[in-house]
Amino acid sequence: MSVLHFPSRLLEASVNEFSKLPGIGKKTALRLVLHLLRQDKTDVFQFSDTIRLMREDVKYCRECNNISDSEICDICTNVHRDHRIVCVVESVKDVMVIENTQQYSGVYHVLGGVISPMDGIGPGDLFIDSLEKKIENDQIDEIIFALPTTMEGDTTNFYLYKKFEKKPVKITTIARGVSIGDELEFIDEVTLGRSLINRQLFESTL
Amino acid sequence: MLLESINVLNYRNITQSDLTFSPGINCFVGDNGAGKTNMLDAIYYLSFCKSFFNSIDSQNIKHDENFFVLQGKYEKNNMKEEIYCGVKQNQKKQFKRNKKEYPKLSDHIGFIPLVFISPSDELLIMDGSEIRRKYMDGVISQYDHYYLELIIRYSRILLQRNKLLKDMAQSGKHDLSLLEAIDLQLVNTGNLIYNKRATFINELIPVFERHFTNISGGKEKVEIIYKSHLSLNNFKEQLIQNQKKDLILGYTTIGIHKDDLDFNLNNFQLKKEGSQGQKKTFAIALKLAQFDFLATHQNVKPILLLDDIFDKLDDKRGSSLLKLVAEDHFNQIFLTHTNKLNIETILNVTGKQFKIFEVSNGNIIF
Repeated sequence: MSVLHFPSRLLEASVNEFSKLPGIGKKTALRLVLHLLRQDKTDVFQFSDTIRLMREDVKYCRECNNISDSEICDICTNVHRDHRIVCVVESVKDVMVIENTQQYSGVYHVLGGVISPMDGIGPGDLFIDSLEKKIENDQIDEIIFALPTTMEGDTTNFYLYKKFEKKPVKITTIARGVSIGDELEFIDEVTLGRSLINRQLFESTL
Repeated sequence: MLLESINVLNYRNITQSDLTFSPGINCFVGDNGAGKTNMLDAIYYLSFCKSFFNSIDSQNIKHDENFFVLQGKYEKNNMKEEIYCGVKQNQKKQFKRNKKEYPKLSDHIGFIPLVFISPSDELLIMDGSEIRRKYMDGVISQYDHYYLELIIRYSRILLQRNKLLKDMAQSGKHDLSLLEAIDLQLVNTGNLIYNKRATFINELIPVFERHFTNISGGKEKVEIIYKSHLSLNNFKEQLIQNQKKDLILGYTTIGIHKDDLDFNLNNFQLKKEGSQGQKKTFAIALKLAQFDFLATHQNVKPILLLDDIFDKLDDKRGSSLLKLVAEDHFNQIFLTHTNKLNIETILNVTGKQFKIFEVSNGNIIF
């Protein structure tokens, strides 16, 4: 793409900021900036204030590392949830997806990544300490691994399992297999093969 | 599997040729550089979506032209199949089956089973161990889809492990519990691959020996030995034993990525002591064994391409090889040769239906 010539340095600066966002190139950035320029000043100020506030005030929950407005997140402060079951996930997005299922009433623990030496992420870069403390203090009965089914997810599973296997805590992992509503013919062979190996009593599916 | 006819346009040195083939043996004869092997390559292309010799498509277009087209009419399980391939300079390659374009090229690979025996097969014996692992992986993944997945997974784990070892070697900090977590996966995947390879080699040996004896006349004793760290001892224990060494070197010294095949002839290493002809016979028998695996597991006999096979073989071996492939066991065959009269006499003896095409300067004459 040829270099864009801007009639205003201020305009150019805004476009540069927008194009730093993932998935946004120079042209899209320009479109967004021109759109903002056409809006009411109050609307645009509200927009920029919201973003500034978000960055300034959003906190990470001390207990579970979930994104929160307070020191401890809503899920961790909720007394109706089962605090003795902890679901271990990679990121905040996973918490939102599992919450959407409305099938889970325990609490979460967000690692903030998975172990991948190739990307320079080791166990030290993950949020593990508070989980370890809870287990040490016998505050947890069960931890559920709900990490991605990639090699890196598995490494993290194994690492945590090795760390906690001798502790008095039950360690489980979410089931892997055929999605509900899927035709068998469209399922990849590895998943289907695994589903056959880990088959279950029909009784338990009723 | 039967290739009934082919249309070639601007492929390598071939301007245009529209040929109808015999269901038996088809032979391209001509001088060096005439374009015999390019005809085989065109047939290979229609099976594997790429050239055997040059994977850069733009370089397979005839000089001073800007596209090539290959079209093959096949018969598979009594069904007619038409495969079309068009490559235009600077454009995406088109691959169609019965006039419908494939969404992915990998959907096509394997649909027209084919085995290409070429002089470069000798690398299987002379080159480093990687080419022999590739040979194993290539044959196994053709009948076991899960296997390829395992290989991909293993190499990914290996990459992560080596990066970790390197980081640890550089920083001097050793997080052994993380290494253990990665080792566990390496061991699980590695053991699965080892078992599949070991089973494959066990099945391969009798098939291979039969072919070798048939070509060589049976006076030589051949051996294939699968060499793997995993056959010596427990993989997990060996990883622990070699941990110190791995940590110093910064890479993994034990595992199925070091597997190899030993080829022996009369109890000596074929690589060091075998003659050129003996090596060639060995390589051909390996490829014919691959043919058998494909034929059994896909229930379709692959097309067999033989490039310059009589080179380096004595007359006896040459004719017994041809007699062998002319048997009903094999199906349609394409081969190249430099001497028309010579090949005609040999082919007459086989009693199989055959057709000879003369190639000169990129043109094909009957």
